[in-house]
Amino acid sequence: MLILLGVAVIVVGFALRFNPLLVVVAAALTSGWFAGLSPLQVVAAFGKAFNDNRYVSIAYLVLPLVGVLERAGLRERAAAIIASLRGVSAGRFLIGYMALRQVTSAVGLVSIAGQAQTVRPLIAPMAEAASEVHDGPPSPETRYAVRAMAAATDNVAVFFSEDVFVAMGSVLLMVGFLTSGGIVLDPIHLSVWAIPTALAAFAIHSARLLLFDRRLARGVER
Amino acid sequence: MIKLGFVYLLAGLMFAGFALFSVGDRANPKRFGNMAFWGLISLSFLAGDWLGDLGNGVVVLALALLAGLGQLGRGQPATTAPQERQALSERFGNQLFAPAMMLPVVVALGVLVLKPLQFGGVALMDPKQATLISLAGAVIVGLAMALILLRQPLASPLQEGRRLADTVGWAMLLPQFLAALGAVFALAGVGAQIGHLVTTYLPVDTRFAAVAVYCVGMAGFTMLMGNAFAAFPVLTGGVAIPILVVHFGGNPAVIASIGMLSGFCGTLMTPLAANFNLVPPALLEIPDRYAVIKAQIPTALFMLIVNTVLMYVLAFR
Repeated sequence: MLILLGVAVIVVGFALRFNPLLVVVAAALTSGWFAGLSPLQVVAAFGKAFNDNRYVSIAYLVLPLVGVLERAGLRERAAAIIASLRGVSAGRFLIGYMALRQVTSAVGLVSIAGQAQTVRPLIAPMAEAASEVHDGPPSPETRYAVRAMAAATDNVAVFFSEDVFVAMGSVLLMVGFLTSGGIVLDPIHLSVWAIPTALAAFAIHSARLLLFDRRLARGVER
Repeated sequence: MIKLGFVYLLAGLMFAGFALFSVGDRANPKRFGNMAFWGLISLSFLAGDWLGDLGNGVVVLALALLAGLGQLGRGQPATTAPQERQALSERFGNQLFAPAMMLPVVVALGVLVLKPLQFGGVALMDPKQATLISLAGAVIVGLAMALILLRQPLASPLQEGRRLADTVGWAMLLPQFLAALGAVFALAGVGAQIGHLVTTYLPVDTRFAAVAVYCVGMAGFTMLMGNAFAAFPVLTGGVAIPILVVHFGGNPAVIASIGMLSGFCGTLMTPLAANFNLVPPALLEIPDRYAVIKAQIPTALFMLIVNTVLMYVLAFR
């Protein structure tokens, strides 16, 4: 039971907003200690796992490209294009992005967009510009709310459509686990049953984005 | 054959560049902290396989201490001012999108066309890592295009990359830290312990209660572990297969598929899924660390209800 204290360390540490990197190390030491590992063993296990998981941080390779394009005015250009389409509100723009992101993820193209490569340089500035044209000059709080909604829309779109693609990692993990449990399935059956959820996610999040538009128009965020 | 090692080499050189430019940045009072932080990440990418487990562990501790003791500042690389950017954006117009479009185009090309290519029986790239290798290729193509087409200075990729890296700061490493924590938790048996508690103490005697326990359990367990992939084997092995499939005769494809998607509802609500939930507020310069999670919670809760109902309706026809 005491090994669960590591989870408690995470919950309390994140809630009190201590530096998360330190919280994570403390949690590892706590759970490891109660599992009978020495601190050195935990540090070595953590180091090995850190090294094995370096691919997680590879996405940051896009930062130099995104930065150079920002330097040359990409965000301003993206905002100008949206501002020239006068009828487009922030919510409607994000609904369009969500549809595009869901369709491309469902055919396996998850990595063509993302928080660093599209949301920061393109989607967030475009949503902000749409809100500015549509609803007037935004307060800082409104800007933050629009940016957060842009990031959230990217996550929601990907999470609930990627499993529609048969060769997605999570689908293959399910097939592998079920096979080891004596249930043999073709991946296509798992993918098919991900479709109702993908459609529901589009309906629910779109409805929220339309309500978000109304809040922006009423200026509730300022 | 191009392997992941090539991508790690590229990342190591990039972070080494960040470290070198950081230390020369006198506008940042904590420039030595930044140099050490990016330098250690560079070391991990370039030499991680030769440092040994304990060596890597020491690197990790040093990184956590640098971040935890506030030794990371924000550099001030020379970049363009807002008015200059406005003028440049008007001058370049839609040309600006060409290098940006290289990311999706080259990644799609790599994954769909180049991945199966073989030369003399040897694959062009490691098929298991095709996405990451294609992403690295896409960045190189996009940068070449940006430097030539938009006539940007040669040092700008590293300087601008450093500007963004300093904006995100220590949050950049949190996803990798949490992935490593998952491995330590697995070693300590945390997942098995929680799964045991769920299956022992929660009601699974009616069909609907069992469906609800599985779906809500997947979301809750994912929130605690930060990853639906960690929750899936525990709860599917503990609840879904013995109770929903064997006892109640449910369709395993429906149950597994919607079970995993219920886990994703949890991913949207937990700070432990840092790359999705905590890195974006840093990237977008939103002061509230939890702003993206807060924006996602309503959608996630509705989707959890939808998934539970869908599983109940579709799995037992």
